Amino acid sequence: MSSTESTAVRRTALDALHRSLGATMTDFAGWDMPLRYGSERDEHTAVRTRAGLFDLSHMGEITVSGPQAAALLNFALVGDLAAVGVGRARYTMICRADGGILDDLIVYRLAETEYMVVANASNAQVVLDALVERSAGFDAEVRDDRDAYALIAVQGPQSSGILKSLTDADLDGLKYYAGLPGAVAGVPALIARTGYTGEDGFELFVKPEHAVELWQALTEAGEGAGLVPCGLSCRDTLRLEAGMPLYGHELSTSLTPFDAGLGRVVKFQKEGDFVGREALAAAAGRAEEKPPRVLVGLVAEGRRVPRAGYAVVAGGEVIGEVTSGAPSPTLGRPIAMAYVDAAHAAPGTRGVGVDIRGAHEPYEVVALPFYRREK
Amino acid sequence: MSNPQQLRYSKEHEWLSVAEDGVSTVGITEHAANALGDVVFVQLPEVGDTVTAGESCGELESTKSVSELYAPVTGEITEVNQDVVDDPSLVNSAPFEGGWLFKVRVTDEPGDLLSADEYTAYTVG
Repeated sequence: MSSTESTAVRRTALDALHRSLGATMTDFAGWDMPLRYGSERDEHTAVRTRAGLFDLSHMGEITVSGPQAAALLNFALVGDLAAVGVGRARYTMICRADGGILDDLIVYRLAETEYMVVANASNAQVVLDALVERSAGFDAEVRDDRDAYALIAVQGPQSSGILKSLTDADLDGLKYYAGLPGAVAGVPALIARTGYTGEDGFELFVKPEHAVELWQALTEAGEGAGLVPCGLSCRDTLRLEAGMPLYGHELSTSLTPFDAGLGRVVKFQKEGDFVGREALAAAAGRAEEKPPRVLVGLVAEGRRVPRAGYAVVAGGEVIGEVTSGAPSPTLGRPIAMAYVDAAHAAPGTRGVGVDIRGAHEPYEVVALPFYRREK
Repeated sequence: MSNPQQLRYSKEHEWLSVAEDGVSTVGITEHAANALGDVVFVQLPEVGDTVTAGESCGELESTKSVSELYAPVTGEITEVNQDVVDDPSLVNSAPFEGGWLFKVRVTDEPGDLLSADEYTAYTVG
């Protein structure tokens, strides 16, 4: 029996609080998570203009520590994690030997010999199993810390001001994709300037027993700034507008990072071998010679919403497939990410449509992201 | 959440008003609107169309999904709510009032429409 086959629904440390707030809950990768508290469009807008509070405790934390922690991660992942400074984070991927993407990850270097790998909830077990298997022969420990952390995110232009009122940590000195240990509202936390919304924001890794206290302190501190609790529904539209891939949609085991337009995460110049090197070098060569389908943005001219799996068409031929689609609250129109043939991928390409249940609706091809915050 | 007593309900979560001169108003219930989340697009039948009880006659798109709209009765469409086409959020903000969808001249209705109390029990159960 595989350890991934668990039928029991998992609940976060904030479960009772979500219910008291009237959240609509949804099953997400085996977790019962808030989908939305009220209107998901209002939650989306709050994050774009003010601030939103998210429970992301379903994310999978794995600690890698020991004298050869860096060497292990450089072998197991496609990035150069040895080159990441202490207190910094890196977006990276873990691939199979054939180059297929097992998951995309954020890896925080907590100390010279300690890293925290954050995997998607749906892939956490796969990533854990792969890291354990790949750790053979390395002087490093791989530890399942999924139950050791609750994760609360504060995202949006007001997030820095809200957090500052609760911590003495040097937030101004904390760069994007950096993390530092500190205390927020008296609660020990790893404070990371990361997120999945396209806004400035913070992710706070804390012990589960401190989660309710921290959530309530953030709620109070954010009251005047218009902070609202936000569910996974708006998290999805926020990341889609920001052009960020989601595993299972834009990323899968049947694609390499080069197929996903994310070949830059593969660091061939790093020392030593790594899982997938040979296949990924071949994939990089193929991408040079014959461009694979390209991940593009599509903006609807009409109001019908494209969904994952819908065909992208041009001149009566199928030229691609939608991977994610939603009504965009910021653009006021439906948007999608889609893999399309290179010949139709240039922004402004005419005559592209999406087959929406038999009707070919016109779409404009645009460069990603759909939305970029002003800095 | 309370379902108005004077309406009748389908198991597909449409409500139907008492007919006036043979014409009933149709919408979706608050329960259905809440389950959908923010409605962003509605496609309604056209005036003059004949709809058949239990069959799809339009669609409702929300952030996460698209759902079929089923006709709770058989009849001819006499009016559609242009306000809700222009502003689909009315389905969420006023499902039993300004968010109504269409009016239909009823020629036949199925025997299994529910009363408000029956529908409430159906959605709770």
